[in-house]
Amino acid sequence: MLTALTGLLLCQLIGETVVRLTHLPVPGPVLGLVLMLAFLALRKGIPGSLETTAGTLLKHLSLLFVPAGVGVLQHLARIQAEWLALAAALLVSSVATIVVTAVVMRAMMRLMKLDDDQEGAA
Amino acid sequence: MIAEFTDIWVYLRTGPLLWLTVTLAAYVAAQWLYERAGLNPLLNPVAIAVVLLVTLLTATGTGYQTYFEGAQFVHFLLGPATIALAIPLYSHFGKVRAVVVPMLVALLAGAVTAVVSAVGVAALLGASFETLASLAPKSVTTPIAMGISERIGGLPSLTAVLVILTGILGAMLATPVLNLLGITDWKARGFAAGVAAHGIGTARAFHVSEVAGTFAGIAMGLNGLLTAFLVPLLIDWLR
Repeated sequence: MLTALTGLLLCQLIGETVVRLTHLPVPGPVLGLVLMLAFLALRKGIPGSLETTAGTLLKHLSLLFVPAGVGVLQHLARIQAEWLALAAALLVSSVATIVVTAVVMRAMMRLMKLDDDQEGAA
Repeated sequence: MIAEFTDIWVYLRTGPLLWLTVTLAAYVAAQWLYERAGLNPLLNPVAIAVVLLVTLLTATGTGYQTYFEGAQFVHFLLGPATIALAIPLYSHFGKVRAVVVPMLVALLAGAVTAVVSAVGVAALLGASFETLASLAPKSVTTPIAMGISERIGGLPSLTAVLVILTGILGAMLATPVLNLLGITDWKARGFAAGVAAHGIGTARAFHVSEVAGTFAGIAMGLNGLLTAFLVPLLIDWLR
């Protein structure tokens, strides 16, 4: 677990450093993700400890968003002033994005005659 | 006795222990409620935990800076968790390869829709440039979105809040909207939830179906990459 955590942090550290040195237009963790993917592809497999550690982190992904969410406290004035624009933008955009993504993906799958599982919706 | 409690409170409120513990406790309580309600999307655990914590902080007169000294340890893990996305992305690459073309086309359509519709609606309703720039990357996971926002002249901390609100909203809306559309394929359902609502949508998708969760995770990773390239281009064009 310690090795896995070190590996994850190392990828992030390299990512952050390279982004700052080269002024690449991507955030450090994204470059870190690409590095980790490249490492796994070269190694042709996932070390067991990395799989467990990553699994634990991703299982509690929701929790990690809570502190940033509480940051709403800092922006109450702006949100009160621009609440209509923000609420409308978030609502319209969320529905539009879900609809467009799902409809385009299904249409493409049918066009390419790929399987469309009919497991039923929940 | 009262004086002792006051001393303890004075000690606790300045260190990270109290608010770190309270953050975890609020989340555990929210998760319990969500599970008791049969995983009803309207009782999103992030939303409940945030409401609990905001109420508590307001009631005790605690500022966000003080709170964040404790909560930063949880927040910090978003970075390693982003790297950790490489693992499901790699391990499901075989399953994903079959639908890679539909996925990439849907990703491009969804990513552009997310940015353009949000910025467009907010601009029409008179939002400031700072707000628009903070809003543009709202569909991607927090550390990526905050990085994008910083680069294009937004407020990273406002972006973080908008990202969380988008995630909560997407996680609540995905199930009813997709049912209404009659989309039954778990790959498409999960992918849409991940593009629209990043990690919070992914967490929700995993609660409903393993396949949906996997595709949502992939969507979150890919959308993070694509949006990081896309938003600076679209913002330049808007200016």
